[in-house]
Amino acid sequence: MKRTIERHLNILEFTLASLLRRRGKNLSLLAMYLLVIFMLASLQFFVSALKREAAVILADAPDMVVQRLMAGRQDLVPDTYAAGIAGIRGVTAVRPRLWGYYYDGLNGANYTIMADDQQAAGPAGAAIGAGVARARNLAVGDLLPLISYNKNPVMLEVGAIFPSASDLVAADMVVISPAQFKALFNFPEGQATDLAVTVRNPKELATVAAKIAALFPDSRPILKSEIQRTYQSIFDWRGGMTLMVLAAALLSFIIFAWDKATGLSAEERKEIGILKSIGWETSDVLLLKFWEGTVISLTAFLLGVVLAYGHVFFLSAPLFAQALKGWSVIYPRFQLVPVVDAYQLAVLFFLTVVPYTTATVIPCWRAATTDPDAAMRY
Amino acid sequence: MIELSSITKSFNSGKPNQFTAVDSVTLTVHPREITVFKGPSGSGKTSLLTMIGCMARPSSGRIFLHGLEAAVPFRLDGAETVEITSLPERFLNDIRRSTFGFIFQQFNLVKGLSVLENVMLPAYPTGEGRPVFRARALELLEQFSITRLAGQRVELLSGGELQRVAIARALINNPSIIIADEPTAHLDSKLSQEFMTIAGRLKGEGKSVLIASHDPIVFDSPLVDRLVEMRDGAVVGSRSCR
Repeated sequence: MKRTIERHLNILEFTLASLLRRRGKNLSLLAMYLLVIFMLASLQFFVSALKREAAVILADAPDMVVQRLMAGRQDLVPDTYAAGIAGIRGVTAVRPRLWGYYYDGLNGANYTIMADDQQAAGPAGAAIGAGVARARNLAVGDLLPLISYNKNPVMLEVGAIFPSASDLVAADMVVISPAQFKALFNFPEGQATDLAVTVRNPKELATVAAKIAALFPDSRPILKSEIQRTYQSIFDWRGGMTLMVLAAALLSFIIFAWDKATGLSAEERKEIGILKSIGWETSDVLLLKFWEGTVISLTAFLLGVVLAYGHVFFLSAPLFAQALKGWSVIYPRFQLVPVVDAYQLAVLFFLTVVPYTTATVIPCWRAATTDPDAAMRY
Repeated sequence: MIELSSITKSFNSGKPNQFTAVDSVTLTVHPREITVFKGPSGSGKTSLLTMIGCMARPSSGRIFLHGLEAAVPFRLDGAETVEITSLPERFLNDIRRSTFGFIFQQFNLVKGLSVLENVMLPAYPTGEGRPVFRARALELLEQFSITRLAGQRVELLSGGELQRVAIARALINNPSIIIADEPTAHLDSKLSQEFMTIAGRLKGEGKSVLIASHDPIVFDSPLVDRLVEMRDGAVVGSRSCR
């Protein structure tokens, strides 16, 4: 057993010495390999994390949101709609929601303003997202002055700051009381932005939606599953588009790596002959080639994945942000909560490390099975 | 002692271009001697040495190694003799590693590697601890006065230095038999003399040295114990030089 381990260690050591003597060639190969793994893993991490975030947001979303349309545009919903919808069988609750966007000219940021009695921290208080706190340099107890649509100042005392873990959902959020909301936007009484509808049996959602549409022809019921599907396909589509852009780079790498791995130079053949003649077995030579392929591909894989992790979760994926973000629900300044999908990583591993290592070993098979006396005749 | 019994080596057997490189050679090579195989190119010297060195198998005939310490399962005449021609590949490799050290015509060192790494090369797959064979390699470098070249890449060495590295490499697994194929073919007279001196030293250390050569500096050397003359694959003469 000890001899077997020693044999592996010795051959691995020789592999490293062997790789180092073709330093330029192997380092450039490693760099290209690393880049490809880095790009693919970044893409994978980013899309997975976004999809997960979207799923987290939507987990708390109402079963159905009812909007009202006016000339094809979203309009305010009269409170009377709520009473009508609440009367439909199967509907357990209808909650009129007040929310909107506020452009802060001071720093050029857009805030999402929501009205909520429970979270608002008092009639003149506000609970704000970490992004707003950063942008306005606010702490709990400070005052957040906003200008109402009537050009009057609305002074809000910061009662709470949402934890940064909820950044994606709450970074740009300012939650205030309904009275303050109406004062800020000069919002008409008896109206809501939309209605959040809760239905007892999820299987009845489509039926309830149809009944709402029949009862209020200008309404637009949106199911939770429709929102989820839209999110998933948007991120899948964006991921796919980015992958297409990367495909050219990926293809070039595959051709380059295949050529490098499969093509055995005359010098390499001679070396294999020498090793055989001085007592190396075929299995020793194949082990050497196996380690050669593994060292390069595994180093590239591990480094690429670690760099991609840092790129996506610590630096917020600057290389992909433009292509993959740009989603109006998501505030541009957020940090993704790390999520690693082991299955997808395993797929990436088997699509990169395994083929490369195999492509390194197989062409050597023939050279390694030549008679050891061949070296005597060079 | 190495005993060859009716050894024949044919290539392309049964085809119109069949060629017999070694033809019914029966011979005994004595231990702790320098045996030189003399003959022109194509006389079968190299083919014979590759078969003795377990690198190739004869088409017919048998080779016996007496006084072998390698761990192999099939032995004749007690524990000291092995008939190598019928051994499976794996055991042949074991014998080749532990019993034979090879010095090639072109030295066959691996470019890009240092002198020390080249010398250690045959020991890597043996499963021996690296510090152990590294110490042995350094000892050999010292023995051949090339310690200062340990970290040097082999392509930067002179002919004489290459020769010494090749000999050191052949000795790393402490073999009892050294096989050298035309070792002086690319050396000047001074270095050829030096090679023979080293061969004499190895003999003095109890090793058997088998050399294939058509260089007079080798076969006329007073250090040679036995001269085997070959022509067209056959042994045409074998005499003791003592």
